[in-house]
Amino acid sequence: MKVGDTVALEAPRVSRTVLALYAGASGDHNPVHIDIDACREVGIPDVFAHGMLGMAYLGRLLTDWVPQERIRSYEVRFTAITPVNATPVCSGVVTRVEDDLAHLDLTVALPDGSVTLLGSAVVECDCARSTSE
Amino acid sequence: MDVERGRLRFFAKATGQADPVYRDLEAARRAGHRDLPVPPTFLFCLEMENPAPWGIADALGVDLRSLLHAGQSFEYHAMAYAGDRLTFVSEVSDVYEKKGGALTFVVRTTEVTRDGEPVATMVSTLVVRDLPGAGTGGGR
Repeated sequence: MKVGDTVALEAPRVSRTVLALYAGASGDHNPVHIDIDACREVGIPDVFAHGMLGMAYLGRLLTDWVPQERIRSYEVRFTAITPVNATPVCSGVVTRVEDDLAHLDLTVALPDGSVTLLGSAVVECDCARSTSE
Repeated sequence: MDVERGRLRFFAKATGQADPVYRDLEAARRAGHRDLPVPPTFLFCLEMENPAPWGIADALGVDLRSLLHAGQSFEYHAMAYAGDRLTFVSEVSDVYEKKGGALTFVVRTTEVTRDGEPVATMVSTLVVRDLPGAGTGGGR
């Protein structure tokens, strides 16, 4: 793992079924994610994805990249709503490596280019060894 | 809070997780885990099992539809696995307003432990926004 390394993961389309399954599995039953009627009552045009669903997809990107036990920290800001039926694309890039810790910048974006999550993670790596060789 | 294998498999399905380590006990054990691992964001979901997961928002009777998640962080101290019994201790660590009070931010910090040993520290930032027709119970 070295500075500039990138990785990407295309998430599935966030259908209403995906939102229903995620609501059940996550325990987050907020109706804004599963009930269009409840949304419209308060002026929200349609359901939208749980922010944590995007964070879970980025988490998959991380655990596809490194064994989970190497993840020291992981954080995101939710910068925009992900509308139902969008297809998020997750990406990560190594921005800094020091003391066997790699610092990653993480992004989730929609096909139109809008960014829905911005995050970062710190993971343990054998970076010093691989960069000095 | 008890971590259940079935719930972890359901979460793997819901998040499109194809890695067998998160679904198949044998694959998990071959990878050196003692049971199905709790994936990086699932601790947040376990916290949702708390009777009043949103703390001050619940206490104020805030309409769930006016809540948005603004940010989330995890600092990991140890892996957690199916079969673990985890303890969650939360406190509201900050409350502040933006846009002249139209948005109220609530920051909640949670320490997760297993038998007194640290597993993770989570910080959740939630926003309560004004929505027409939403019951706020907050005096509107």
